[in-house]
Amino acid sequence: MSKNKSEYLINRHDNQYEVVIGLEVHAQVTSQSKLFSTSATKFGAEPNTQVSLVDAAFPGMLPVINEYCVKQAIKTGIGLKAKINKRSVFDRKNYFYADLPQGYQISQFKDPIVGEGKVILDMPDGQKEVGIERLHLEQDAGKSIHDLDPKNTFVDLNRSGVALMEIVSKPDLRSPDEVNAYIKKLRSIMRYLGTCDGNMQEGSLRADVNVSVRKKGSKEFGTRCEIKNVNSIKFMQMAIEYEANRQVDLIEDGQTIDQETRLFDTKKNETRSMRSKEDAHDYRYFPDPDLLPLEVSDDFIENLKSEIPELPDEKKKRFIEKFKLSPYEANILVSDIETSNYFENVIKKSDVKLATNWIIGELFAALNEKNLEITESPISAGNLSKLINLIKDGTISGKIAKTVFEQMMEGDKDPKKIVEEKGLKQESDPKALEALIDKVIDDNRDKATEYKSGKVKLFGFFVGQVMKVSGGKANPQLVNEILKKKL
Amino acid sequence: MSDITKQSLSGLVENIKSKKLSSSEVTKAFVERSEKSKELNAYITEDYTNALNKAKKFDEKPNLDLKLPGIPMAVKDLFCTRDLKTTAGSKILNNFVPTYESTVTQNIWNEGAILMGKLNCDEFAMGSSNETSFFGNVQNPIDKNLVPGGSSGGSSSAVAAQLTPITIGTDTGGSIRQPASFTGTVGLKPTYGSCSRYGIVAFASSLDQAGPMAQNVKDCALLQEVISTYDEKDSTSIDFKRNEYSKELTKDIKGKKIGIPKEYRVDGMPEEIEDLWKKGIEYAKDCGAEIIDISLPHTNYALPTYYIVAPAEASSNLARYDGVKYGFRAEGENLIDMYEKTRSEGFGAEVQRRIMIGTYVLSSGYYDAYYLKAQKVRKLIKHDFDDAYKKVDAILTPSTPSSAFKIGEKTNDPVSMYLNDIFTVPLNLAGLPGISIPAGHDAKGYPLGLQIIGKAFDEQNILNIAYAMEEKINFKNNITDWWIK
Repeated sequence: MSKNKSEYLINRHDNQYEVVIGLEVHAQVTSQSKLFSTSATKFGAEPNTQVSLVDAAFPGMLPVINEYCVKQAIKTGIGLKAKINKRSVFDRKNYFYADLPQGYQISQFKDPIVGEGKVILDMPDGQKEVGIERLHLEQDAGKSIHDLDPKNTFVDLNRSGVALMEIVSKPDLRSPDEVNAYIKKLRSIMRYLGTCDGNMQEGSLRADVNVSVRKKGSKEFGTRCEIKNVNSIKFMQMAIEYEANRQVDLIEDGQTIDQETRLFDTKKNETRSMRSKEDAHDYRYFPDPDLLPLEVSDDFIENLKSEIPELPDEKKKRFIEKFKLSPYEANILVSDIETSNYFENVIKKSDVKLATNWIIGELFAALNEKNLEITESPISAGNLSKLINLIKDGTISGKIAKTVFEQMMEGDKDPKKIVEEKGLKQESDPKALEALIDKVIDDNRDKATEYKSGKVKLFGFFVGQVMKVSGGKANPQLVNEILKKKL
Repeated sequence: MSDITKQSLSGLVENIKSKKLSSSEVTKAFVERSEKSKELNAYITEDYTNALNKAKKFDEKPNLDLKLPGIPMAVKDLFCTRDLKTTAGSKILNNFVPTYESTVTQNIWNEGAILMGKLNCDEFAMGSSNETSFFGNVQNPIDKNLVPGGSSGGSSSAVAAQLTPITIGTDTGGSIRQPASFTGTVGLKPTYGSCSRYGIVAFASSLDQAGPMAQNVKDCALLQEVISTYDEKDSTSIDFKRNEYSKELTKDIKGKKIGIPKEYRVDGMPEEIEDLWKKGIEYAKDCGAEIIDISLPHTNYALPTYYIVAPAEASSNLARYDGVKYGFRAEGENLIDMYEKTRSEGFGAEVQRRIMIGTYVLSSGYYDAYYLKAQKVRKLIKHDFDDAYKKVDAILTPSTPSSAFKIGEKTNDPVSMYLNDIFTVPLNLAGLPGISIPAGHDAKGYPLGLQIIGKAFDEQNILNIAYAMEEKINFKNNITDWWIK
């Protein structure tokens, strides 16, 4: 029935269930200072060293909006092809917690800075559009540390007041794979824009995951559960799988789903109820009277538009059209702005096809093995393009190139120097090769006779011998030609 | 000069500038009088030694170009003062010493004034009689056991009793004007956004505004020009052209159109207040002003609107006093228990009442009916004033519906206490400036005030009208120093 190969369905008895997922992604705004104060935002600083009087909510302290964070949010909105709201309002979300010094979080409730937009996913069986409901700015809370002392909880306010963008998707996602693709795409767009570093280990990107299930073909949404604060794609996928199956089991058992907030236990790989809808906080949202509504002009937005770099979708299109890459290759090369920059630097002075293969093949594998990012690559784009040119002009063979490449991975050496120092230059002098080949034929007289009597398979043996004797440096094409003549 | 404390601020400034008096002489005189006046309970925190030292230092190298050269001054204990305890009249901040200075007080010290101490006030400025202060009642120097008004009750008492030449208060619903009216002094609530709220313990952020409290209009104008500055640290501060109010002060108000709003004739208003208002109209006419009847149709809704908006904001503003970071903390079994004990023991009854009201009106299911509706009515009240100001330059009303009442008289009847604000709250809701000037006495001999309401940013105009009327009224406060033995 399914046209869609990757369709994710849960089968129980005769029923097929579809999973409906919406994400609320919390992305930390890349910014030197916090959303409403001038404190620094560096990750990993000593506890409580990046805390101003405003962050710690001292009496009489007032928030002042950080214009840079506003720009970052608007840029992200532009990257999501979203409507930018010229007027937005900061609200207070009131609740008590030890790591929330004000007793409220400043957020945007009714009037967010960014409205509806979209994100395009490249799935194995084609493109999929995911709707963005909204993006709003809000403050992060501090951190409670419960495991340093049996009786006391410690509070670190370094994160208190750091700017977050909450990006709310429509319930358009249908599988853990789509969630993976969505998070990666969102991350990619924000990294292109420089608005969020997307570092999930440092908590710069985390998500609340809304999951519901419904019988395939149903138009109605099921009752959803919200899984709070999941901080890796893998955990999101595991949580969704567990939660969807849990809900299906309940329905199959004739029970109903309670709308509730759940937590994902990464050790037990299960979701657990945190609080029911009845116990939900009443956050008593109201406009923050310390802040005026945020108003931005058309000019302000237009100026930001002019600062937007080429984004992954556009870059992919250009790579396919201009460099004749396959969509698969283009996708890989644009997924990360650093990779695409590296690629474009390599092909400035070398062959596109070879460069594509070497980056996607050898380089990625080697970096992966060493657990390095492309920005940490021991081989600079310039040196990789030199290597490719050495292959292209016949100075070295592809095989020798791999040896040179391995040497380059040990340190950023000029491939030309490696070739010279190690005498790896390809032997393309026909006279020298003839002498070499004559010797190989001489040493293997019996095999030469067999070949002549029709055992043509032995040709490969002779090529191999010649290459071996030449230390791999013989030009394979010439070896072939001369061998054919001589034999 | 034995009568130093009887001098007006302007007089003292002149005498210091002309070197007839030193800062030390002036400071010593006010410190001595303050020390003899402990029964008034006007101070929460005294800082006399430091004040005398600062005065001495000032005299060593006096900068006489400043606007408040070496003038000692006590301020309401809602302003954060660096290295000096700031309590907001609450137990929950009883041990709180700020490491920072409010913009308004900083402006004052920048002009050469010297801090003498922190003045009593209702807890978190919630009250109309200074009876909600954790630090006890303040006596009105007019009569024993009479409230000085509130919430700036310590300030009004201290100015009226001449413990400080001048002071600052804060006004969220009348907290400068009502105590000024109750003590026969002058109090100005500036336009919202005129004075920075940075470093002032917040009560209701959209209504709070600092302002001067003085013995006369000229002093009031001088302090207003010192404290009103644009401040980037307060997002609601407004960058408008500020006058040198005292220099531009004039009694020439000929042809000014003054509106008399019929809705301020409230039911049950004492005849004395009605008479005072009539007299005020005559004074204004004598000064050459033109009197015009106007209507502010939504006046009746101002008080209930105020008592939704102010507690709503307060319930959120006071959430930070949780025992975690600073201030009073009660020990508890766990976090929630600690919160509950800290806030039950740290806040007084009136503050708790308003936190509960505010929490209620913001709750889901009630938000639309209360908070949202109140915001709509607030706009209508503002529109009333906008319409009126198409016809008039200022509006004249009584400051309060009665004179000062006895301590304890209204403590068990919060609604009757709230009714005290009936003429003052509409201005806070509309963000407009208003000044209360003493205009007469009731039968008991207690002072009564008149309020002049201005257009936004038109402080100069209402100061001028007040200045002109002040001369005609020629009010004399009847203070016997009964508390000095």
